Amino acid sequence: MFRHKFPAQLVPLAVLFVLAMTALLVARAFLVPETFGDYGPYRANSVDEIAAQPIVYAGAKACEDCHDDIVALKSDSHHQGVACEACHGPAAGHVDAPDEVSPQIPRGRGYCPLCHGYNPSRPSGFPQILSDRHNPGRPCIACHDPHAPTLPRTPEECDACHREIANDKMVSPHTMLACTQCHSVPNEHLLSPRSARALKPTDPGTCAPCHSESGTAKFEAPTINFESHGERYLCWDCHYPHHPEAN
Amino acid sequence: MTNSRPESRSPGMARRTFLQNLSAKLPGLIAFFALAKPGKAGADEPGGYDPEQHNYAMGIDIHKCIGCGRCADACKSENNVPRDEHFFRSWVERYVVTTDREAHVDSPNGGIDGFPALPDDTDILRSFFVPKLCNHCVKAPCVQVCPVGATFLSRDGVVLVDESYCVGCRYCIQACPYGARYLHPEKQVADKCTFCYHRLREGLLPACVEVCPTQARVFGEIGHKSSPLHRFLRFNEITQLKPYLNTEPKVYYAGADGEVI
Repeated sequence: MFRHKFPAQLVPLAVLFVLAMTALLVARAFLVPETFGDYGPYRANSVDEIAAQPIVYAGAKACEDCHDDIVALKSDSHHQGVACEACHGPAAGHVDAPDEVSPQIPRGRGYCPLCHGYNPSRPSGFPQILSDRHNPGRPCIACHDPHAPTLPRTPEECDACHREIANDKMVSPHTMLACTQCHSVPNEHLLSPRSARALKPTDPGTCAPCHSESGTAKFEAPTINFESHGERYLCWDCHYPHHPEAN
Repeated sequence: MTNSRPESRSPGMARRTFLQNLSAKLPGLIAFFALAKPGKAGADEPGGYDPEQHNYAMGIDIHKCIGCGRCADACKSENNVPRDEHFFRSWVERYVVTTDREAHVDSPNGGIDGFPALPDDTDILRSFFVPKLCNHCVKAPCVQVCPVGATFLSRDGVVLVDESYCVGCRYCIQACPYGARYLHPEKQVADKCTFCYHRLREGLLPACVEVCPTQARVFGEIGHKSSPLHRFLRFNEITQLKPYLNTEPKVYYAGADGEVI
């Protein structure tokens, strides 16, 4: 009966078909990963695997828990919107083990110009400097507090600008003399050093109080007779006052 | 239907048919709502995180970007992206439009080490920085072309790559109109920005948004009025990259003009 209804040539085809389908289903069971297709044509578990990636940047809130003094200082400054980790680098390791891991502290001159170096593509109004000409050699944090950056206070010590002279004077017998002992410095010089110059002495009498034979120096200063020494010359034509050779 | 019959015009008959219909369909309706509710309700994640409640997106204010490259640097640290050039999940481009109206784009090491000075003889009309990253398109070409389903759009609106399932065929890299993908040189799988998906799930911002010193990057959710992105979209003239491709990108630019788009 069955053979009459079912054409003989279809029997092997049907067997092949069933075998192929079984093979396909078995292969599918092995090849298609678990949770594939739960929410769409992808492996649902992979979302959790991606979410399990370790966190490297702790976030500003984590810093606030311990460093409230710096947060208070920073909250009122131009850098209030700058996250701690923008400069100090990833700090999740530091949050987990504060004593063992320290975040980076960029103290060098190269870091601040990443934001504040002059670049014509930056938005106008953003504070920028010419790094090569802006107090070369000095680290930015010598004058600017990175947590509360403002224009620095006008330096009242001469060595802030006249470093080379200060270094010379430091190892000379004149080390204890204030610059104003010989130079008269107008107040405006601090604010506008080029338009209001500090004055150099013009009178050979400047050296006399210490170096004349009737001098009143507290220290043992070499003395000379101002009447007979030098004559037509000023003292500093021969003696460099910031590092006089008499030592 | 009963409406075609003349007697159905009387109000009494209409009410009767309505009640009949109702009594026939009511059990089905009750069953529908009773069954549908548990499936739709709330969190299916243990931590109370419901992906259906989120639709992440990013805004970028070009006026504010100073090209410091901290975002690209932070992205590499956070996501273990190779430090070599050419491998980026997020990077900064410098656009220089010269007076002949030509736009020149460069991005040395993604902007991480800063940008070199322009040659003095360049006649600059204007210049600006544009941070770029995966646009997390709603209709993402990379999702469409992935032959194995390794790239997909998650339920919270982030385009992700299943690292263990990707075969590294690079088809998605070809398909992405924004050049936002690269092949990870060690893992040999396609890699791209995930909006720092692992951080989002912890309630943190993406690393690039976290470290951006000028808040040029804004991160948030579409459709949440409390999200900072909502305000960003309202108060800026928004453009997307290559909108004519209909990929519906979800990185929104403020201050981008013809050269960028």
